[in-house]
Order: sequence, then C-alpha cells, then structure tokens
Amino acid sequence: MRLVPRLRALALFVWDFVVGDDWRLAVGVAVGLAATALVAAAEVAAWWLLPALAGTFLTISVWRASKARG
Amino acid sequence: MTGPELGLAVSVFLACAVESVEALTIVLAVGTTRSWRSALTGVGAAVAALAALTAVLGPALTSVPLQSLRLVVGGLLLIFGLQWLRKAILRAGGSKALHDELAAYERERNAARGAGAVGSGLDPYAFAIAFKGVLLEGLEVVFIVLTFGANQHRIGLAAAAAGVAVLLVTVVGVAIHAPLQRVPENTLKFVVGVMLTSFGTFWGAEGAGAHWPGGDAALLVLVPATLLFSLCLVTAVRRKSRDADTMASQVTVRP
Repeated sequence: MRLVPRLRALALFVWDFVVGDDWRLAVGVAVGLAATALVAAAEVAAWWLLPALAGTFLTISVWRASKARG
Repeated sequence: MTGPELGLAVSVFLACAVESVEALTIVLAVGTTRSWRSALTGVGAAVAALAALTAVLGPALTSVPLQSLRLVVGGLLLIFGLQWLRKAILRAGGSKALHDELAAYERERNAARGAGAVGSGLDPYAFAIAFKGVLLEGLEVVFIVLTFGANQHRIGLAAAAAGVAVLLVTVVGVAIHAPLQRVPENTLKFVVGVMLTSFGTFWGAEGAGAHWPGGDAALLVLVPATLLFSLCLVTAVRRKSRDADTMASQVTVRP
C-alpha cells in the first residue's frame, strides 16, 4: 500500500544524488558523450569535444546561478 | 604508484575527508546533546551498510567490460565533478554562502534538544540522525571509491585512501571534541571537483570511443587545464558579485 510513496521518495533521492542542483549539467554531459561517440565513430579526432562541452555547460550553469543571486 | 593511481588516491582521500568532516559535525552534535552510545551505534550501522554496499558493488563493477564501464562511470563522475565544481566556484566567487561547520553544529544541537527527553535505552533520535548523516555523506564517498577504483581496477587502493581519511578526521575530532571548522572545506571541494571533472572527462571520452593524444599522460594536461579554467570562472563570478554589490549599495545610498 505504501510502496508507491516509498518508490517515489527513492526515485527523488536518486535524482537528487546523481543530477544535483542543476539538471542542465547532466544533460550537457549526456549530449557531450553522445556527440563524442558520433564523431569518434566517423574516425575523426573526438577527444576535445567532451572537455569543450563540459566547460561550456559549466560556464552557463555558473553564470545562471550567479545571475540569480545578483 | 602511477600518475592515475596517485590521482585516484588523492581524489578519494580529499573527498572522503570533506564528507567525514560534515558527518563528524552531525555525530558530535547528537552525541554531546543526547546519547553517545546511540549516536555511535548509528555510526556503526551506517558504516556496516556502506561497507556491504562497497563489497557487493565493487566486484560487480570490475566484471563489466572496460569500455562500457568507462562510458557510464566516466559520465557519472563528470556529472558529479561538475556539480561539486559549480558549488565550489560559486562559493569561492562570493555568490553562495560558505559552508559553516560551527553553524551546522549549533543547528543540529538545537534540533536534538527539541526532540524530546532521552530515555534510558537506545535513543531512536540520536541513532537515526547519526545513521542518516553518516550514510548520506558516505554514499558519495562509496560512489567515488567504486567509480575511481573500478576504472583502474584498484578498488583496494581507493578504499584504503578513504579509510585513512575517515581515520584521520575521527582521530582529530575525538582529540579536539568539536566540529572541524578550520578545515578549508571549500578549497578541498574545489580540488575534488577539479579531479572528478578531469578523470570523468578522460574516462567518459575514452568510453565513447575517443583516443586521447599521449594516452594516460593527457591527464597531466587535463587536470591543470580544468583547474585554470575553474579559477578563471571564480574570478569572473567574483567580479560579477562585486559589481552587483556596488550597484546595490548605490541604489541604497541614493535618496
């Protein structure tokens, strides 16, 4: 009977634990990994893509958070 | 010890030290206010649960093919690292309040005092708060131990680094019998964020099929580059916070 609320609480905990304060960073990492896999599959150098996207998404996230405060 | 192994040991040690400081504050607060026996029983139960989790998941993770493991674990580690780094950058830039261990200690003590009388047996409040505090702080450490350790097939080294950190914080905490407010928590979190982000980027990209120029040696460039980039963001946020404060004071002064 109380299974649904417990599962919901567990799902929320896992979401909060993995995704944290800004879901955009998690989306950015997923996009970065997918883009890297696509470029690497085309036999083109792809090592630079993930750090570039991670840096971009981190900058956007930090900027948005500091804007919200300012 | 190789470079990546040293990175593993340092990252796990620092992450574990920071989380242990936060857990120590909670345990000290309920221990001194309510019942040491119940608080320490809660700690023991949480440590046993965390050890069981590591023992079960560790071997399971090491049996996953390396390419898939690096993709998933690298991605998770990168998300984790970016979240740690984001918070640490905002705090260092003055856009988010620093974590105050003494204030957290007082908050926990006030909550513990208001939780009713302490009985003669096991105090459920002290047990639950200590258990929850250690388990939640410890889960992040277990995650870091498992991901770092499994990727390099050195879970033993990662667990040892975590154990040394816990032992060190516990010994200092018992010696001074107070929250470790002088530990530069944000600096440590900043360093851990840089390490998790760098290793997560490295393994994630490898798992996705990319090849790093120079192989493992690329980490020697990736870690300082991540640090430098993050410091630039701190400077930018600090400047922005200062400008916002200046504008706010001008608005306040103007009649």
